[in-house]
Amino acid sequence: MSLLIQDLKKSYVEPDGSELPILNIERFEIPSAEQVVLVGSSGGGKTTLLNVISGITSPDEGIVAIDNHNIANMSEVVRDRFRAEKIGYVFQTFNLLPAFDALENVLLGMSFSGKGNDRKRAAELLDRVGLSHRLNHRPGQLSVGEQQRVAVARALANQPSLLLADEPTANVDVANQDTILGLIRDACTENNVSLLLVTHSQDVASQFDRVETLSDFNKPQKQEGETE
Amino acid sequence: MNLLAIASKSIRQRSLASSLTALSVALGVTLMVTVLVIHGVVQEMFSQSSAGYDLIVGAKGSKLQLVLNTIYRVSQPIENLPYQYYEEVKEDKRVKLAIPMALGDTTEEGGFPIVGTLPHYFAQSYSYGKKFRIRGQVMQGKWHAVIGASVARQNNWDIGTKIKLVHGGMDDHVHDEEFEVVGVLAPTGTPNDKTVFAHLSGFYLMDGHDKPMGEALDRLKLFYPEEYGNMTVQQLEEKLKMEDEASHEGETEEEHAAHAGHAHAHSLPDELKEVTAILVVMKGDTIGQQTLRSAKFSAELSEGVKAQAVNPAYEISWLMQNIVGNVRTIMIVLTAMIIVVSGISIFVSIYNSMADRRKEIAIMRALGARRQTVFSIILAESIVLCTLGGLVGFVLGHGMVFIASPIVESQSGFILDPMKFEPIELVLLPSLIALASLVGFIPGMTAYRTDVAKTLGG
Ligand SMILES: Nc1ncnc2c1ncn2[C@@H]1O[C@H](COP(=O)(O)OP(=O)(O)OP(=O)(O)O)[C@@H](O)[C@H]1O
Ligand SMILES: [Mg+2]
Repeated sequence: MSLLIQDLKKSYVEPDGSELPILNIERFEIPSAEQVVLVGSSGGGKTTLLNVISGITSPDEGIVAIDNHNIANMSEVVRDRFRAEKIGYVFQTFNLLPAFDALENVLLGMSFSGKGNDRKRAAELLDRVGLSHRLNHRPGQLSVGEQQRVAVARALANQPSLLLADEPTANVDVANQDTILGLIRDACTENNVSLLLVTHSQDVASQFDRVETLSDFNKPQKQEGETE
Repeated sequence: MNLLAIASKSIRQRSLASSLTALSVALGVTLMVTVLVIHGVVQEMFSQSSAGYDLIVGAKGSKLQLVLNTIYRVSQPIENLPYQYYEEVKEDKRVKLAIPMALGDTTEEGGFPIVGTLPHYFAQSYSYGKKFRIRGQVMQGKWHAVIGASVARQNNWDIGTKIKLVHGGMDDHVHDEEFEVVGVLAPTGTPNDKTVFAHLSGFYLMDGHDKPMGEALDRLKLFYPEEYGNMTVQQLEEKLKMEDEASHEGETEEEHAAHAGHAHAHSLPDELKEVTAILVVMKGDTIGQQTLRSAKFSAELSEGVKAQAVNPAYEISWLMQNIVGNVRTIMIVLTAMIIVVSGISIFVSIYNSMADRRKEIAIMRALGARRQTVFSIILAESIVLCTLGGLVGFVLGHGMVFIASPIVESQSGFILDPMKFEPIELVLLPSLIALASLVGFIPGMTAYRTDVAKTLGG
């Protein structure tokens, strides 16, 4: 599944009412099945970009086309469905549901996308991130690294066509980092999934052929007529 | 995972608050069910038990008390009528059936009310189209008795048992005379189940049931001033002696031998007999005709100063409407308010949790859940809580009736059937679901409106 971003603009409104431009991307593209690493300074807008691509945040203007479907133009219902079915997202803050155990968190991702209740597959994914002994622990009972691995398993549960991973190995040791990266990359290769992976780790970035720095193609500028 | 599973998950997450709110619903429903069932039983019993009779004739006084005494065998004892008055009513051409009843005694064991009456009491149906069914026979001889089903069960009495009576009133005097049980009634669900029916003739022969001459004469003077107005006690005594001798002439040897063992072998003269009430069924080809006649007859009887005739159905419907019905309405309003308050507590509980769950909901939305889906999850939560509470309330309510029924039965004689469901209970569950939808709506809308970007993107 390919991703094409064109003339994308996104700014936040600051508490005093002034605009705070974060994203201004003329063109950014990921061809189908390509695996791309995105690096950039903290606060540069990487997470914001991922939120926009996933349709969680609406852009102010521009096109976010996934396989030629402009997610920015979709109605909310269609976009929710599209996201659930096509996009896997490992959130920077994991966003696990505290009331549900590891297995259920993975299952929930499937339920909302209409992929049903495949417990076997959910357990298998957790096994692959090394959590077969923690299936029935709730997030509060898991270490931060373990929570991160649940989030990875959940993102893969739907067999997405586009995987967004926001620092998926930020909280784990090197051995686990390589396991998780291996899992993500294998899953993407097997199913021709396009991958956009954010990292601050030089070690992680070096394993990928294509590494993009956000500030190279993102040029947020103050709006016209605004004083600096 | 389906919506219900997801909803029950977050209910369990807040198990304390959830169970408390569900419990408050349960208590409301428990009370409501108890009120409904008890009222239903009371109403049915009241309206059924008097259905067989057109009129009850008794001494002037409280009409309601007369009915309660005669049909339900509760309430305080009332004044009596002379036996002759019963004969008069019986002879009236418009009267199809007159059944005398003498009340006031109880059994030594169990304290069941004893009614002195005649066998034809059992020939009349005790409720619309319901005839007495008797194992054994009705009382034929003076010392025969028929007992109700509950009496038989609780006292472990059966045909052949000899029973003693306690005289009602202050002294609780135990009569020496024994009655023999000759018949046991099948359960009727009416106060008859808890009654011992003694043959009126035997009843009169018991020590203390013959009125002292002076008292009897006083009452006769009230009712029949022409005949007895100027009579003295001595004159009455003399008159009775003469009549007694006359009556013995017709008696056979066997009859005499049959009651030879009893202290009062001779039958009591009518002048010394009293009845507490007379159950009357009017002649008539149609119900309308019967009703009209009974109204007229009742008016005639009540014209005199000493007696009154009341329509039991009328008295009971008055009681049901003005007292029992109002109590019921008040109770239902109160319990409904309790349920509404518990509904509000569910609202508060869910609404308060929404602040914490905003993120949870945003995550679900980010995972692809639609707005309607998260709305439904919250609504389902409220419905699950209400329904669970409601079901627990149903079980508790009927359980409470189950526990209360023997107590109520022994205290008041009312028979409560815990398995008796009131049709209105069927409305309760849908109402609960409606209430749950109502209280779940606002938190549901909060969930519906949750902005994913703002909540997760911050
Ligand atoms: N909802 C919001 N409202 C206002 N400003 C926001 C909001 N979300 C993010 N920002 C701002 O946008 C900027 C970019 O944030 P973003 O989370 O995308 O950075 P990032 O590149 O992911 O940083 P990091 O590497 O630390 O995760 C930040 O300066 C942040 O303060
Ligand atoms: Mg970030």
